[in-house]
Amino acid sequence: MVDRHQDRKIIVSDPEKCSGCRLCEYVCSMVNEKIFNPHKSRIRVISLGPLANMAVSCRKCEDPLCVASCPKNALSQEENTGIIRVNEHACTGCGWCIGACSFGAINLHPDKKIAYTCNSCTNTDNCDNEPQCVQWCTENALQYVTAETLAQKTRQKIVNQLLDIPKTNNNNNSNNDKEEKETEKEKTK
Amino acid sequence: MRAYAGRILHVNLSSEQSRIEILDEKTTRLYLGGIGLGINLLMEHSKPNKDAFDSDNPLIYCTGPLSGTLGLAGSGYAIVSKSPATGCIGEGQIQSFFGSELKRAGYDAIIIKGKATNLSYLWIDDDKIQIRNAQHLKNNSVEAVEQSLRSELGDFSIQVSGIGEAGEKLCRFATIISEKYHTVGRAGLGAVMGSKNLKAIAIRGTQDVNIANIDALTQFIKTVYERAKNLKTTNKGQPLELNNLLELNALSAIATKNWNNTPSLTVSKIFNNYLSNRYVKRTVGCATCCMNCNSIAELSDGISKGVITTFDFNDILSLGPLCGIDRFDAIVKAVNLVNNYGMDCISVGATIAFAMDLYEQGILTNEQTGNVDLRFGNADAQIALIDKIGKRNDWLGNILAEGVMRAAETMGGDASKYACHVKGLELPGYDLRTLQNTALGFSVTFSGDRHLRNNNVGLLDLKDKANRYKIENDTGRKLVEFNHFYNVLDSLIICKLTSKMYTWKDLSDYYLFATGLQISEEELRQIGERIENLARLFNILEGKGTRDYDDLPYKIKTCLTTVEDHKISVFVSDNDLQLGLDDYYAASGWTADGIPTVDRLKHVGLGSLSYISQSAITALRTQQEKEEN
Repeated sequence: MVDRHQDRKIIVSDPEKCSGCRLCEYVCSMVNEKIFNPHKSRIRVISLGPLANMAVSCRKCEDPLCVASCPKNALSQEENTGIIRVNEHACTGCGWCIGACSFGAINLHPDKKIAYTCNSCTNTDNCDNEPQCVQWCTENALQYVTAETLAQKTRQKIVNQLLDIPKTNNNNNSNNDKEEKETEKEKTK
Repeated sequence: MRAYAGRILHVNLSSEQSRIEILDEKTTRLYLGGIGLGINLLMEHSKPNKDAFDSDNPLIYCTGPLSGTLGLAGSGYAIVSKSPATGCIGEGQIQSFFGSELKRAGYDAIIIKGKATNLSYLWIDDDKIQIRNAQHLKNNSVEAVEQSLRSELGDFSIQVSGIGEAGEKLCRFATIISEKYHTVGRAGLGAVMGSKNLKAIAIRGTQDVNIANIDALTQFIKTVYERAKNLKTTNKGQPLELNNLLELNALSAIATKNWNNTPSLTVSKIFNNYLSNRYVKRTVGCATCCMNCNSIAELSDGISKGVITTFDFNDILSLGPLCGIDRFDAIVKAVNLVNNYGMDCISVGATIAFAMDLYEQGILTNEQTGNVDLRFGNADAQIALIDKIGKRNDWLGNILAEGVMRAAETMGGDASKYACHVKGLELPGYDLRTLQNTALGFSVTFSGDRHLRNNNVGLLDLKDKANRYKIENDTGRKLVEFNHFYNVLDSLIICKLTSKMYTWKDLSDYYLFATGLQISEEELRQIGERIENLARLFNILEGKGTRDYDDLPYKIKTCLTTVEDHKISVFVSDNDLQLGLDDYYAASGWTADGIPTVDRLKHVGLGSLSYISQSAITALRTQQEKEEN
């Protein structure tokens, strides 16, 4: 029997591709708040240096600590999508969920003073497609995938690396891009 | 007035006071923002003929109307002040997160005057302004300052713009840097900051940036991203530097050994596909940009193991071939060191090449160089000299930190013949003798030979199949058009590398969607012309805005360079240059001496400043009459 959580998709960031441009933060505030302000973004980019960038957003955990920690039961998780919903009337902005989240993916809204986190753009006109940050990312560093697909891609990548040693001496970026183009070509065939 | 914050912050470091001024819609319609607004504020808040290091010389940070939004132009800021290198307008713009942060803090501009008693930094937290002690950051690189301030202030999203050791020591080509690599470039603005005892500005802005028509703006930016995909600069894995170097090399347009051009360097050895694959770890873009112009080199082996830095092809040209150095890892090491000191790579390269030339000519002796073997191609000597200049700790380092023009004056004799600069700003590493239409652009730029102004990126010579060995008849007219377009780009703070993606119509639309203010294409052109004339008037007030100062270096005008594929030798002839200047002035509506006419000033709405022109014209006439008598 297939696990019903199979279709829970999460936004993952590939640190090898992420350039730290923070476009996703601006897009998020634009789509969800109709203004530009990365301080109100549901996805956040961490830059530790020019070669170390990564975006972080809600992981839709199977056993979400944010939900468990809420003293007012204001947080709940949607069964199918795994999206964390915040009951705006119940949330007091106490911040226990922020302390509980292992990824810093839930925040306190600067204006509303209640918790808010990624809703995969389901509150917008765009609810059927990929979240907007994933669509806009010019580096293709963001993916909207299920845990199974993510693991599959990781397996493919590591096996590629292990079996194709000479290629790894070259520029990693160009190689990955070439491979992607090739797979795309195969798909179109 | 959407997209603008609507406020200007005045900070006086001497009295430790700040105040807010409202930015009115009229000014934004006349100057847009960025460099236009900056030059206007500089004109308003400075007194002529004051030294650039005078505490009254304002250091002006400006954002543009598009700063704080997303897109290829989403986060720029510009800095304007009187340049200590040229004594003319000093300006530069950066695409960096600092610009968006400044806008979100609620300011379109910051005007800094005065001088702090001790080394200080400015902490702007939305409406809270503090001048804080920065003694513990003395001599630190901007990267280290950024890290210290972020942990000191307890927020890792704070943006910092500051100077390195060279800026504190008033090196005349010190620059202002944010995010480690994004430098404001030329003109020595870092030294102006240093003269105010200001080490850095740290900023946190949390307010929203509201846009007039967010859907239309989004749609427009999407089309711009599509256009960007079609540019060759976005070829991943093939850095922009490589393309540019090969293209310039094919045109014999790379200067070697302080413009001596003795043919002993193979440019393809300096940087090629192999080196690119080996050392360039990735190419990344600036804030919210997809262009990926910044190549990041990580040296995993060799003489400079462990260095990670971004580099620009201009850095390679100046610190590499111009100094006779053809090792990529040595050049990258030098770029990193120059960035750590907070200097401008182009000027440092040209200054070291100048010193090396003097050394080979016997004008500089071993005693004077402190026994550094300053022959062309000695990478170790280059590193030693960068240290000397950055620290200003001996005779040679001290005079070279003043730039080639002043260094040559101090040395006297023939030294000035080897100094390649325009208005006091060192030449970038192009060979202008094979890019002669570009050379005219270099000579007339209001802020010295900026490679990112007036066709200085070589559009005419590289793209239009013009005769590169001669200043063509209509170059002057074309330059004027470029000029005005670039002034508008700089005022909206749109990166020059993306300039090909916008037409006048696009800029007009872009501005409308962001601000809700309708400015027609014709008005935009006039804004470009207004800024050009205003900058010229500033230079005239400083006594440097006339024909005599629109000149090219001695070497470019007299020493021949051989162009191998054509088997000919060329230099920029003075007659050609003078004819080109005639064309340029005529197309600008200026007098033959390069002074804006009263009619032209009235036409662009600067009638109230026409007295500057009139007195300059009268002064020149009396001077000429005296000479005739």
